[in-house]
Amino acid sequence: MIPAAFDYVRASSAEEAINLIGQHGDEAKFLAGGHSLVPLMKLRLAQPSVLIDIGRVSDLSYIKDAGDHITIGALTRHRDVETSSIVNEHVPLLAHATSHVGDPQVRRRGTIGGSLAHADPASDLPATTLALGATYVAQGPNGSREIPASAFYSGYLTSVLAADEMLTEIRVPKMNGAGWSFQKFNRRAQDWAIVGVAAWRNGNEASVALVNMASVPVLATSVGAAIASGASIEDAAAQAAAEADPQADLNASVEYRQHLARVLTRRALEAASA
Amino acid sequence: MEISITINGKAVSADVEPRTLLVQFIRETAGLTGTNIGCDTSSCGACSIHLDGEAVKSCTILAAQADGGSVTTIEGLASADGTLHPMQQAFMENHGLQCGYCTPGMVMAATSLLNDIPNPSEEDVRIGLEGNLCRCTGYHNIVQAVLACANK
Ligand SMILES: Cc1cc2nc3c(=O)[nH]c(=O)nc-3n(C[C@H](O)[C@H](O)[C@H](O)COP(=O)(O)OP(=O)(O)OC[C@H]3O[C@@H](n4cnc5c(N)ncnc54)[C@H](O)[C@@H]3O)c2cc1C
Ligand code: FES
Ligand code: FES
Repeated sequence: MIPAAFDYVRASSAEEAINLIGQHGDEAKFLAGGHSLVPLMKLRLAQPSVLIDIGRVSDLSYIKDAGDHITIGALTRHRDVETSSIVNEHVPLLAHATSHVGDPQVRRRGTIGGSLAHADPASDLPATTLALGATYVAQGPNGSREIPASAFYSGYLTSVLAADEMLTEIRVPKMNGAGWSFQKFNRRAQDWAIVGVAAWRNGNEASVALVNMASVPVLATSVGAAIASGASIEDAAAQAAAEADPQADLNASVEYRQHLARVLTRRALEAASA
Repeated sequence: MEISITINGKAVSADVEPRTLLVQFIRETAGLTGTNIGCDTSSCGACSIHLDGEAVKSCTILAAQADGGSVTTIEGLASADGTLHPMQQAFMENHGLQCGYCTPGMVMAATSLLNDIPNPSEEDVRIGLEGNLCRCTGYHNIVQAVLACANK
Protein backbone atom coordinates (compact mmCIF):
# COMPACT_ATOMS: atom_id res chain seq x y z
CA MET A 1 0.00 0.00 0.00
CA ILE A 2 1.37 3.35 -1.08
CA PRO A 3 0.22 6.73 0.24
CA ALA A 4 -1.38 9.28 -2.10
CA ALA A 5 1.18 11.65 -3.58
CA PHE A 6 2.40 14.57 -1.46
CA ASP A 7 5.20 17.09 -1.33
CA TYR A 8 7.89 16.59 1.28
CA VAL A 9 9.85 19.30 3.04
CA ARG A 10 12.28 18.91 5.89
CA ALA A 11 12.52 21.40 8.74
CA SER A 12 15.63 21.79 10.84
CA SER A 13 14.09 23.87 13.64
CA ALA A 14 10.70 24.44 15.25
CA GLU A 15 10.62 28.00 13.84
CA GLU A 16 11.24 26.73 10.33
CA ALA A 17 8.58 24.03 10.71
CA ILE A 18 5.98 26.53 11.92
CA ASN A 19 6.83 28.91 9.05
CA LEU A 20 6.51 26.09 6.55
CA ILE A 21 3.16 24.91 7.87
CA GLY A 22 1.94 28.53 7.74
CA GLN A 23 2.92 28.76 4.08
CA HIS A 24 1.33 25.46 3.11
CA GLY A 25 -1.97 25.87 4.90
CA ASP A 26 -4.54 23.32 5.99
CA GLU A 27 -3.43 20.50 3.74
CA ALA A 28 0.01 20.29 5.36
CA LYS A 29 0.91 18.05 8.29
CA PHE A 30 3.91 17.60 10.55
CA LEU A 31 5.68 14.25 10.27
CA ALA A 32 7.52 13.19 13.45
CA GLY A 33 8.20 9.43 13.77
CA GLY A 34 5.47 8.71 11.23
CA HIS A 35 4.24 5.66 13.13
CA SER A 36 0.68 6.90 13.37
CA LEU A 37 0.58 9.13 10.30
CA VAL A 38 2.25 6.89 7.70
CA PRO A 39 -0.07 3.89 8.41
CA LEU A 40 -3.08 6.23 8.06
CA MET A 41 -1.68 7.60 4.80
CA LYS A 42 -1.07 4.10 3.44
CA LEU A 43 -4.70 3.25 4.15
CA ARG A 44 -5.62 6.60 2.53
CA LEU A 45 -7.43 7.61 5.71
CA ALA A 46 -5.18 10.67 5.67
CA GLN A 47 -4.10 12.42 2.48
CA PRO A 48 -2.09 15.52 3.38
CA SER A 49 -0.73 17.29 0.31
CA VAL A 50 2.45 18.40 2.09
CA LEU A 51 4.46 16.69 4.83
CA ILE A 52 6.76 18.80 6.94
CA ASP A 53 9.30 16.39 8.38
CA ILE A 54 10.25 17.50 11.90
CA GLY A 55 11.99 14.21 12.66
CA ARG A 56 15.41 15.83 12.43
CA VAL A 57 14.73 18.77 14.74
CA SER A 58 17.31 17.27 17.06
CA ASP A 59 17.29 20.11 19.61
CA LEU A 60 13.76 18.95 20.52
CA SER A 61 15.00 15.51 21.51
CA TYR A 62 16.06 15.70 25.17
CA ILE A 63 15.16 14.71 28.72
CA LYS A 64 16.11 17.09 31.53
CA ASP A 65 15.75 17.32 35.28
CA ALA A 66 14.15 20.70 36.02
CA GLY A 67 13.79 20.64 39.81
CA ASP A 68 10.22 19.72 40.75
CA HIS A 69 9.50 18.36 37.27
CA ILE A 70 11.24 16.86 34.27
CA THR A 71 11.08 18.21 30.73
CA ILE A 72 10.98 16.06 27.62
CA GLY A 73 11.45 17.42 24.10
CA ALA A 74 8.50 16.60 21.84
CA LEU A 75 10.70 14.80 19.31
CA THR A 76 12.13 12.41 21.93
CA ARG A 77 11.59 8.83 20.82
CA HIS A 78 9.69 6.34 23.01
CA ARG A 79 12.79 4.21 23.35
CA ASP A 80 14.75 7.12 24.85
CA VAL A 81 11.97 7.86 27.35
CA GLU A 82 11.66 4.18 28.29
CA THR A 83 15.39 3.80 28.99
CA SER A 84 16.13 7.26 30.46
CA SER A 85 17.58 7.16 33.97
CA ILE A 86 15.95 10.55 34.72
CA VAL A 87 12.49 9.32 33.72
CA ASN A 88 12.94 5.98 35.51
CA GLU A 89 14.05 7.71 38.69
CA HIS A 90 11.56 10.58 38.86
CA VAL A 91 8.55 9.51 36.78
CA PRO A 92 8.71 5.70 36.72
CA LEU A 93 5.04 5.45 35.69
CA LEU A 94 5.83 7.23 32.42
CA ALA A 95 8.90 5.07 31.69
CA HIS A 96 6.88 1.91 32.32
CA ALA A 97 3.82 3.00 30.30
CA THR A 98 6.12 3.94 27.41
CA SER A 99 7.60 0.44 27.45
CA HIS A 100 4.08 -0.83 26.65
CA VAL A 101 3.75 1.23 23.45
CA GLY A 102 3.71 -1.10 20.44
CA ASP A 103 6.92 -3.10 20.06
CA PRO A 104 10.66 -2.29 20.07
CA GLN A 105 10.72 -1.32 16.38
CA VAL A 106 7.79 1.07 16.89
CA ARG A 107 9.38 2.60 19.99
CA ARG A 108 12.61 3.34 18.12
CA ARG A 109 10.71 5.58 15.68
CA GLY A 110 7.62 6.99 17.47
CA THR A 111 7.95 10.19 19.49
CA ILE A 112 6.22 11.36 22.66
CA GLY A 113 5.05 14.57 20.96
CA GLY A 114 3.61 12.62 18.02
CA SER A 115 1.77 10.27 20.34
CA LEU A 116 0.18 13.13 22.33
CA ALA A 117 -0.59 15.32 19.28
CA HIS A 118 -2.23 12.36 17.56
CA ALA A 119 -4.71 12.36 20.49
CA ASP A 120 -5.79 8.74 20.15
CA PRO A 121 -7.79 7.80 23.29
CA ALA A 122 -6.53 4.21 22.85
CA SER A 123 -2.90 5.30 23.12
CA ASP A 124 -1.03 4.84 26.36
CA LEU A 125 0.73 8.18 26.80
CA PRO A 126 -2.19 10.64 26.66
CA ALA A 127 -3.84 9.00 29.70
CA THR A 128 -0.52 8.49 31.48
CA THR A 129 0.51 12.14 31.18
CA LEU A 130 -3.03 13.12 32.22
CA ALA A 131 -2.77 11.05 35.42
CA LEU A 132 0.62 12.64 36.09
CA GLY A 133 -0.71 16.19 35.73
CA ALA A 134 1.66 17.00 32.87
CA THR A 135 1.73 20.27 30.94
CA TYR A 136 2.37 20.38 27.19
CA VAL A 137 4.17 23.32 25.57
CA ALA A 138 2.98 24.36 22.10
CA GLN A 139 4.77 26.80 19.84
CA GLY A 140 2.99 28.78 17.12
CA PRO A 141 3.72 31.78 14.90
CA ASN A 142 3.07 34.12 17.85
CA GLY A 143 5.11 32.32 20.48
CA SER A 144 4.60 29.55 23.01
CA ARG A 145 1.78 28.59 25.33
CA GLU A 146 1.39 26.01 28.06
CA ILE A 147 -1.55 23.63 27.88
CA PRO A 148 -2.39 21.36 30.83
CA ALA A 149 -2.96 17.77 29.68
CA SER A 150 -6.44 18.07 31.21
CA ALA A 151 -7.34 20.86 28.72
CA PHE A 152 -5.60 19.42 25.64
CA TYR A 153 -7.91 16.70 24.31
CA SER A 154 -11.10 17.92 22.64
CA GLY A 155 -12.42 14.84 20.82
CA TYR A 156 -11.48 11.67 18.97
CA LEU A 157 -8.04 12.28 17.39
CA THR A 158 -8.43 16.00 18.03
CA SER A 159 -6.81 18.43 20.40
CA VAL A 160 -6.83 22.17 21.02
CA LEU A 161 -3.61 22.55 18.99
CA ALA A 162 -4.06 24.97 16.08
CA ALA A 163 -2.99 23.69 12.65
CA ASP A 164 0.12 25.89 12.75
CA GLU A 165 1.05 24.99 16.32
CA MET A 166 3.68 22.43 17.16
CA LEU A 167 4.20 20.60 20.45
CA THR A 168 7.73 21.33 21.60
CA GLU A 169 7.99 20.13 25.20
CA ILE A 170 6.25 17.95 27.78
CA ARG A 171 6.65 18.91 31.46
CA VAL A 172 5.92 16.15 33.94
CA PRO A 173 5.86 16.69 37.72
CA LYS A 174 8.17 14.38 39.65
CA MET A 175 6.36 11.58 41.48
CA ASN A 176 8.40 11.97 44.68
CA GLY A 177 8.20 8.31 45.58
CA ALA A 178 4.45 7.87 45.02
CA GLY A 179 3.29 4.31 44.38
CA TRP A 180 2.12 3.68 40.82
CA SER A 181 0.79 1.13 38.38
CA PHE A 182 0.03 0.84 34.69
CA GLN A 183 -2.52 -1.79 33.71
CA LYS A 184 -2.97 -2.56 30.04
CA PHE A 185 -5.55 -5.12 28.98
CA ASN A 186 -5.18 -6.41 25.43
CA ARG A 187 -5.49 -9.70 23.61
CA ARG A 188 -2.15 -9.82 21.82
CA ALA A 189 1.31 -8.50 22.56
CA GLN A 190 1.96 -5.21 20.76
CA ASP A 191 -1.74 -4.26 20.53
CA TRP A 192 -3.40 -1.10 21.74
CA ALA A 193 -5.25 -1.41 25.05
CA ILE A 194 -8.86 -2.56 25.06
CA VAL A 195 -8.87 -0.68 28.36
CA GLY A 196 -5.87 0.70 30.21
CA VAL A 197 -5.35 2.39 33.57
CA ALA A 198 -2.52 4.68 34.67
CA ALA A 199 -2.53 5.38 38.41
CA TRP A 200 -0.41 6.75 41.23
CA ARG A 201 -1.01 7.15 44.94
CA ASN A 202 0.75 9.01 47.72
CA GLY A 203 -1.12 8.54 51.03
CA ASN A 204 -4.61 9.95 50.53
CA GLU A 205 -3.71 11.59 47.27
CA ALA A 206 -4.32 9.52 44.14
CA SER A 207 -4.83 10.07 40.45
CA VAL A 208 -6.23 7.62 37.92
CA ALA A 209 -6.60 8.06 34.16
CA LEU A 210 -8.20 5.68 31.68
CA VAL A 211 -7.12 4.54 28.22
CA ASN A 212 -9.81 3.84 25.59
CA MET A 213 -12.80 4.65 27.81
CA ALA A 214 -14.19 7.62 25.79
CA SER A 215 -13.35 9.63 22.68
CA VAL A 216 -10.65 11.31 24.79
CA PRO A 217 -8.39 10.06 27.60
CA VAL A 218 -10.37 10.22 30.85
CA LEU A 219 -9.32 11.47 34.29
CA ALA A 220 -11.27 9.36 36.79
CA THR A 221 -11.75 12.21 39.26
CA SER A 222 -14.34 10.30 41.34
CA VAL A 223 -11.73 7.70 42.19
CA GLY A 224 -9.25 10.34 43.34
CA ALA A 225 -11.98 12.04 45.41
CA ALA A 226 -12.98 8.73 47.02
CA ILE A 227 -9.40 7.95 48.04
CA ALA A 228 -9.00 11.50 49.40
CA SER A 229 -12.09 11.02 51.57
CA GLY A 230 -10.68 7.81 53.00
CA ALA A 231 -12.69 5.27 50.96
CA SER A 232 -11.37 1.73 50.59
CA ILE A 233 -9.67 0.74 47.33
CA GLU A 234 -12.65 -1.48 46.54
CA ASP A 235 -15.13 1.38 46.97
CA ALA A 236 -12.94 3.90 45.14
CA ALA A 237 -12.43 1.54 42.19
CA ALA A 238 -16.19 1.02 41.92
CA GLN A 239 -16.33 4.68 40.74
CA ALA A 240 -13.80 4.11 37.93
CA ALA A 241 -16.25 4.39 35.04
CA ALA A 242 -18.14 7.40 36.45
CA GLU A 243 -16.50 9.95 34.15
CA ALA A 244 -16.10 7.56 31.21
CA ASP A 245 -18.20 7.29 28.07
CA PRO A 246 -16.90 4.18 26.31
CA GLN A 247 -17.87 2.90 22.88
CA ALA A 248 -18.56 -0.69 21.91
CA ASP A 249 -16.35 -2.26 19.25
CA LEU A 250 -15.17 -5.65 18.02
CA ASN A 251 -13.18 -6.23 21.22
CA ALA A 252 -15.60 -5.14 23.93
CA SER A 253 -19.13 -3.98 24.70
CA VAL A 254 -19.76 -0.82 26.70
CA GLU A 255 -20.55 -2.89 29.83
CA TYR A 256 -17.41 -5.01 29.47
CA ARG A 257 -15.26 -1.88 29.13
CA GLN A 258 -16.84 -0.41 32.28
CA HIS A 259 -16.21 -3.68 34.10
CA LEU A 260 -12.58 -3.74 32.93
CA ALA A 261 -12.08 -0.14 34.05
CA ARG A 262 -13.26 -1.01 37.57
CA VAL A 263 -11.23 -4.21 37.82
CA LEU A 264 -8.05 -2.67 36.38
CA THR A 265 -8.43 0.41 38.60
CA ARG A 266 -8.70 -1.79 41.67
CA ARG A 267 -5.59 -3.73 40.64
CA ALA A 268 -3.75 -0.50 39.87
CA LEU A 269 -4.65 1.05 43.24
CA GLU A 270 -3.66 -2.12 45.07
CA ALA A 271 -0.28 -2.12 43.34
CA ALA A 272 0.17 1.63 43.90
CA SER A 273 -0.69 1.25 47.59
CA ALA A 274 1.60 -1.71 48.26
CA MET B 1 13.34 14.04 -4.88
CA GLU B 2 16.97 12.97 -4.92
CA ILE B 3 17.90 10.78 -1.97
CA SER B 4 20.90 8.71 -1.01
CA ILE B 5 20.96 5.86 1.47
CA THR B 6 23.93 3.65 2.31
CA ILE B 7 22.69 0.08 2.08
CA ASN B 8 24.99 -2.69 3.31
CA GLY B 9 27.92 -0.30 2.97
CA LYS B 10 27.15 0.84 -0.58
CA ALA B 11 25.64 4.26 -1.38
CA VAL B 12 22.38 3.97 -3.34
CA SER B 13 21.14 7.24 -4.84
CA ALA B 14 17.95 7.73 -6.79
CA ASP B 15 15.34 10.28 -7.74
CA VAL B 16 12.17 8.96 -6.08
CA GLU B 17 8.68 10.18 -5.27
CA PRO B 18 8.35 11.42 -1.66
CA ARG B 19 5.78 8.71 -1.02
CA THR B 20 8.29 5.93 -1.71
CA LEU B 21 8.52 3.67 1.32
CA LEU B 22 11.91 2.59 2.60
CA VAL B 23 11.02 -1.06 1.95
CA GLN B 24 10.25 -0.23 -1.70
CA PHE B 25 13.53 1.64 -2.01
CA ILE B 26 15.36 -1.41 -0.66
CA ARG B 27 13.51 -3.97 -2.78
CA GLU B 28 12.88 -2.08 -6.00
CA THR B 29 15.53 0.63 -6.24
CA ALA B 30 18.40 -1.28 -4.65
CA GLY B 31 17.10 -4.64 -5.89
CA LEU B 32 17.60 -6.33 -2.51
CA THR B 33 14.59 -8.61 -2.15
CA GLY B 34 15.70 -10.41 1.02
CA THR B 35 13.60 -7.94 3.02
CA ASN B 36 10.00 -9.20 2.87
CA ILE B 37 6.70 -7.36 3.00
CA GLY B 38 4.18 -9.26 5.08
CA CYS B 39 1.28 -7.30 6.55
CA ASP B 40 2.24 -3.92 5.06
CA THR B 41 0.53 -2.36 8.11
CA SER B 42 3.44 -2.19 10.62
CA SER B 43 2.34 -5.25 12.57
CA CYS B 44 4.28 -8.33 11.44
CA GLY B 45 7.92 -7.22 11.40
CA ALA B 46 8.79 -9.12 8.18
CA CYS B 47 10.18 -5.87 6.77
CA SER B 48 12.53 -5.21 9.73
CA ILE B 49 15.93 -3.82 8.77
CA HIS B 50 18.55 -1.86 10.68
CA LEU B 51 18.46 1.90 10.19
CA ASP B 52 21.53 3.53 11.73
CA GLY B 53 22.16 0.37 13.73
CA GLU B 54 18.68 -0.34 15.12
CA ALA B 55 15.86 -2.59 13.93
CA VAL B 56 12.87 -0.68 12.55
CA LYS B 57 9.94 -1.56 10.27
CA SER B 58 10.78 -0.38 6.75
CA CYS B 59 7.15 -0.51 5.54
CA THR B 60 6.32 2.37 7.90
CA ILE B 61 9.22 4.68 7.09
CA LEU B 62 9.47 6.89 4.04
CA ALA B 63 12.66 6.51 2.06
CA ALA B 64 12.97 10.30 2.44
CA GLN B 65 13.08 9.91 6.23
CA ALA B 66 16.09 7.61 5.86
CA ASP B 67 17.88 9.94 3.39
CA GLY B 68 21.56 10.15 4.37
CA GLY B 69 21.18 7.20 6.73
CA SER B 70 22.77 3.79 6.84
CA VAL B 71 20.71 0.64 6.33
CA THR B 72 21.65 -2.99 6.90
CA THR B 73 19.44 -5.67 5.40
CA ILE B 74 19.59 -9.45 5.72
CA GLU B 75 21.89 -9.54 2.68
CA GLY B 76 24.39 -7.42 4.63
CA LEU B 77 24.81 -9.85 7.54
CA ALA B 78 26.81 -12.74 6.07
CA SER B 79 30.48 -12.11 5.24
CA ALA B 80 31.65 -11.70 1.67
CA ASP B 81 32.89 -15.32 1.55
CA GLY B 82 29.41 -16.58 2.43
CA THR B 83 30.06 -17.35 6.10
CA LEU B 84 26.75 -16.87 7.87
CA HIS B 85 26.30 -14.31 10.64
CA PRO B 86 26.19 -16.10 14.04
CA MET B 87 22.46 -15.32 14.31
CA GLN B 88 21.77 -16.87 10.90
CA GLN B 89 23.85 -19.89 11.90
CA ALA B 90 21.92 -20.19 15.18
CA PHE B 91 18.57 -20.06 13.36
CA MET B 92 19.78 -22.85 11.07
CA GLU B 93 21.12 -25.03 13.88
CA ASN B 94 18.03 -24.60 16.07
CA HIS B 95 15.42 -24.99 13.34
CA GLY B 96 14.32 -21.40 13.93
CA LEU B 97 12.44 -21.33 10.64
CA GLN B 98 10.02 -23.34 8.56
CA CYS B 99 8.69 -21.46 5.52
CA GLY B 100 11.25 -18.72 6.13
CA TYR B 101 9.00 -15.78 5.32
CA CYS B 102 9.40 -14.09 8.69
CA THR B 103 13.07 -15.05 8.99
CA PRO B 104 14.86 -12.00 7.52
CA GLY B 105 12.84 -9.71 9.81
CA MET B 106 13.27 -12.04 12.79
CA VAL B 107 17.03 -12.16 12.33
CA MET B 108 17.30 -8.38 11.98
CA ALA B 109 15.12 -7.83 15.07
CA ALA B 110 17.07 -10.48 17.00
CA THR B 111 20.49 -9.00 16.21
CA SER B 112 19.21 -5.58 17.29
CA LEU B 113 17.85 -7.16 20.49
CA LEU B 114 21.27 -8.61 21.35
CA ASN B 115 22.87 -5.20 20.73
CA ASP B 116 20.55 -3.78 23.40
CA ILE B 117 20.63 -6.79 25.76
CA PRO B 118 23.73 -8.97 25.16
CA ASN B 119 22.69 -11.61 27.70
CA PRO B 120 18.90 -11.79 27.53
CA SER B 121 16.63 -14.07 29.54
CA GLU B 122 14.05 -16.13 27.67
CA GLU B 123 11.48 -13.54 28.79
CA ASP B 124 13.63 -10.70 27.34
CA VAL B 125 13.76 -12.52 24.00
CA ARG B 126 10.03 -13.17 23.88
CA ILE B 127 9.20 -9.54 24.76
CA GLY B 128 11.97 -8.20 22.52
CA LEU B 129 10.54 -10.02 19.50
CA GLU B 130 6.91 -9.06 20.11
CA GLY B 131 6.95 -6.94 16.96
CA ASN B 132 7.64 -9.97 14.76
CA LEU B 133 5.02 -12.54 13.85
CA CYS B 134 5.72 -16.09 12.71
CA ARG B 135 2.92 -18.26 11.33
CA CYS B 136 4.89 -21.51 11.31
CA THR B 137 7.24 -22.21 14.16
CA GLY B 138 5.23 -21.41 17.26
CA TYR B 139 8.21 -19.23 18.22
CA HIS B 140 9.85 -21.81 20.47
CA ASN B 141 12.80 -22.57 18.20
CA ILE B 142 13.23 -18.93 17.28
CA VAL B 143 13.64 -18.10 20.97
CA GLN B 144 16.05 -21.02 21.37
CA ALA B 145 18.08 -19.78 18.39
CA VAL B 146 18.42 -16.27 19.81
CA LEU B 147 19.42 -17.61 23.24
CA ALA B 148 21.94 -19.97 21.60
CA CYS B 149 23.45 -17.08 19.66
CA ALA B 150 23.70 -14.96 22.82
CA ASN B 151 25.46 -17.78 24.67
CA LYS B 152 28.06 -18.34 21.96
C1 LIG C 1 2.31 -1.46 15.10
C2 LIG C 1 2.08 -0.25 15.97
C3 LIG C 1 1.66 -0.45 17.28
C4 LIG C 1 1.43 0.63 18.10
N1 LIG C 1 1.00 0.37 19.38
C5 LIG C 1 0.78 1.42 20.20
C6 LIG C 1 0.35 1.18 21.54
O1 LIG C 1 0.20 0.03 21.99
N2 LIG C 1 0.14 2.24 22.34
C7 LIG C 1 0.33 3.52 21.90
O2 LIG C 1 0.15 4.45 22.69
N3 LIG C 1 0.74 3.79 20.65
C8 LIG C 1 0.96 2.76 19.80
N4 LIG C 1 1.38 3.03 18.52
C9 LIG C 1 1.53 4.43 18.06
C10 LIG C 1 2.91 4.96 18.33
O3 LIG C 1 3.03 5.28 19.69
C11 LIG C 1 3.20 6.23 17.52
O4 LIG C 1 4.59 6.37 17.48
C12 LIG C 1 2.67 7.52 18.05
O5 LIG C 1 1.31 7.44 18.30
C13 LIG C 1 2.86 8.65 17.06
O6 LIG C 1 4.14 9.19 17.17
P1 LIG C 1 4.94 9.58 15.89
O7 LIG C 1 6.11 10.36 16.35
O8 LIG C 1 5.20 8.39 15.08
O9 LIG C 1 3.92 10.61 15.17
P2 LIG C 1 3.52 10.80 13.64
O10 LIG C 1 2.90 9.58 13.10
O11 LIG C 1 4.65 11.39 12.89
O12 LIG C 1 2.42 11.94 13.81
C14 LIG C 1 1.16 11.66 14.39
C15 LIG C 1 0.29 12.92 14.32
O13 LIG C 1 0.76 13.92 15.21
C16 LIG C 1 1.17 15.10 14.50
N5 LIG C 1 2.41 15.53 15.14
C17 LIG C 1 3.53 14.78 15.33
N6 LIG C 1 4.44 15.45 16.07
C18 LIG C 1 3.88 16.66 16.35
C19 LIG C 1 4.33 17.80 17.10
N7 LIG C 1 5.52 17.82 17.72
N8 LIG C 1 3.48 18.86 17.18
C20 LIG C 1 2.26 18.83 16.59
N9 LIG C 1 1.79 17.80 15.88
C21 LIG C 1 2.59 16.72 15.76
C22 LIG C 1 1.32 14.67 13.06
O14 LIG C 1 1.06 15.74 12.17
C23 LIG C 1 0.28 13.58 12.94
O15 LIG C 1 -0.99 14.14 12.74
C24 LIG C 1 1.63 1.96 17.65
C25 LIG C 1 2.06 2.18 16.34
C26 LIG C 1 2.30 1.09 15.50
C27 LIG C 1 2.77 1.36 14.11
S1 FES D 1 5.40 -5.65 6.42
FE1 FES D 1 6.22 -4.13 7.71
S2 FES D 1 5.52 -4.77 9.65
FE2 FES D 1 4.54 -6.22 8.32
S1 FES E 1 8.87 -19.58 9.43
FE1 FES E 1 7.03 -19.32 8.32
S2 FES E 1 6.35 -17.40 9.09
FE2 FES E 1 8.00 -17.83 10.38
